[in-house]
Amino acid sequence: MSQEALAAITVFVLAILVGFEVISKVPATLHTPLMSGANSIHGIVLVGSMLIAASATEPLSQVLSLIAVAFATMNVVGGYVVTDRMLQMFRKKPTASAAKTAAATDATASAPKAEG
Amino acid sequence: MNPQTLDTIVRLIYLLAAAGFVIGLHQMNSPATARNGNLLSAAGMALAIVATLLLLVTGEGGLSTTALLIIGLGVVIGGGLGLYMARTVKMTAMPQLVSLFNAVGGGAAALIAIDDYIRLSGGAGIEELRSLQVTIPTVLDVIIGCVTFSGSLIASGKLQGLIPGKPIVVPGGRIITFGVAAIAALGALYLFAGNVSVPVLFLIIAAGLIFGVTMVLPIGGADMPVVISLLNSFTGTAVAMAGFVIDSNVLIIAGALVGASGAILTKLMADAMNRSVVNIIAGGFGGGEGTVGAVGAAGGGSVREVSPDDVAIQLAYANKVIVVPGYGLAVAQAQHQVRELAELLESRGVNVEYAIHPVAGRMPGHMNVLLAEANVPYPQLREMEEINPEFPRADVALVVGANDVTNPAARSNPASPIYGMPILDVDQAKSVVVIKRSMGRGYAGIDNELYTNPKTGMLFADAKEGLASLVSAVKAV
Repeated sequence: MSQEALAAITVFVLAILVGFEVISKVPATLHTPLMSGANSIHGIVLVGSMLIAASATEPLSQVLSLIAVAFATMNVVGGYVVTDRMLQMFRKKPTASAAKTAAATDATASAPKAEG
Repeated sequence: MNPQTLDTIVRLIYLLAAAGFVIGLHQMNSPATARNGNLLSAAGMALAIVATLLLLVTGEGGLSTTALLIIGLGVVIGGGLGLYMARTVKMTAMPQLVSLFNAVGGGAAALIAIDDYIRLSGGAGIEELRSLQVTIPTVLDVIIGCVTFSGSLIASGKLQGLIPGKPIVVPGGRIITFGVAAIAALGALYLFAGNVSVPVLFLIIAAGLIFGVTMVLPIGGADMPVVISLLNSFTGTAVAMAGFVIDSNVLIIAGALVGASGAILTKLMADAMNRSVVNIIAGGFGGGEGTVGAVGAAGGGSVREVSPDDVAIQLAYANKVIVVPGYGLAVAQAQHQVRELAELLESRGVNVEYAIHPVAGRMPGHMNVLLAEANVPYPQLREMEEINPEFPRADVALVVGANDVTNPAARSNPASPIYGMPILDVDQAKSVVVIKRSMGRGYAGIDNELYTNPKTGMLFADAKEGLASLVSAVKAV
């Protein structure tokens, strides 16, 4: 086995162990945002897609890399934006202004009487 | 710039990006730092992408116009779609969107290996394809990427309702699953043995895609969170394999991180439902609607229906009310109404808490997200282990659109398919009010004996309307 492959396997195994350690301490309430956050991290596949797109010369290769770049960008952009949308809702106590903006932006909620 | 120096700089930036992912994930451990963590991770991602562009533009020969077009077009199409969907999705539809993003990530990872294989097989690289060092990650990337691509699309379609959520059993489905698995395995062995064949690679791709479909189709909607989590882990692994294929450490690190996180989440979720991942994948219960339903109906008593006014009086004069929100609340978008009711009760001195089952909604933590969106104070959300001892002290347990997670059969009836699943001990409360549209069954497809319990009152209504009528009735008390 080449030195490079050995180094890559070392990195792979250590990264798995880091992943277990970093993640096993997350409380259940954050699991959905966490899953979404982890989902956006594997959008790093965009870097690989760009690399293959740059060296694509055959038409087939060009088509495949175009799809790969589009897929991966969707994963990255969508993933981070939706995770951020989830996380900005976690706050200790709603301040008056925050509650107001939330009510204003939420068009689907039937207008609640301002009493609560 | 000296190519050597440039390469070093880019590698260091990748290292920085990887550190951003790790620290970002770590910060997502607590609600206080979670948003920062995600932003840090996004910053790492942006750095890695910019560094890659830098490498490509300043590298040997620069970036050709065609390549620039491909990348630009791909980024605009994918980024635009992703941004639009992420900005417009309703929070209740979010699990299927995560599943969709997971599918395309897995698809991209598979495409990298497929493209690499086709290129190498057509030219001077053919010798490389005879070494295991290249074929193992390539074939694994293709198989895992294809399985996660088609599997996540099916999971997403099931949650969206495009494909029926109930388990779909195709005659001979099990045989097809094993058949395609065998084809993929044999194809992989053939390529590992030093043979180079693009048609065999395509056979493996087809087998992987079919496997993803036949793996997810027979699984019921209740188990879908576990499946999405598992597929998320698969995608991470596929991306790490893609990292081996194109010699990129940052792909390996990020992919392995996600692979590990997905595995842990999957196990936690399966544990919460008292199921093993193997059982779920092997095609779980969910389908036994006919037989199990008959057993439940035979033992069923009469149901006591209550009016909003009765419930309002019960609630208004209670000392302690525990709200049990379920998927019905999420579907009806009633999180704002439940918060309004809770605030109204609190202003009357009632102690209100929310009991959150680990799999309430459709993913762990999904219900927390929905309630947080409605500005429910975080400390009021109590997890199952914390809240269960409190039920005997509660005057009213208000169940809104939750079913299976409150079914006492999980504790008492060994014949029930959900026997052993941890549940919220709603039946221990002094009285129970269930807001539900009909006597229909939950995802597990079984009857809930809680509804025929003498201390349970059923308020038949959509979660949103039911809660709204309770709000006005409490105001009138």
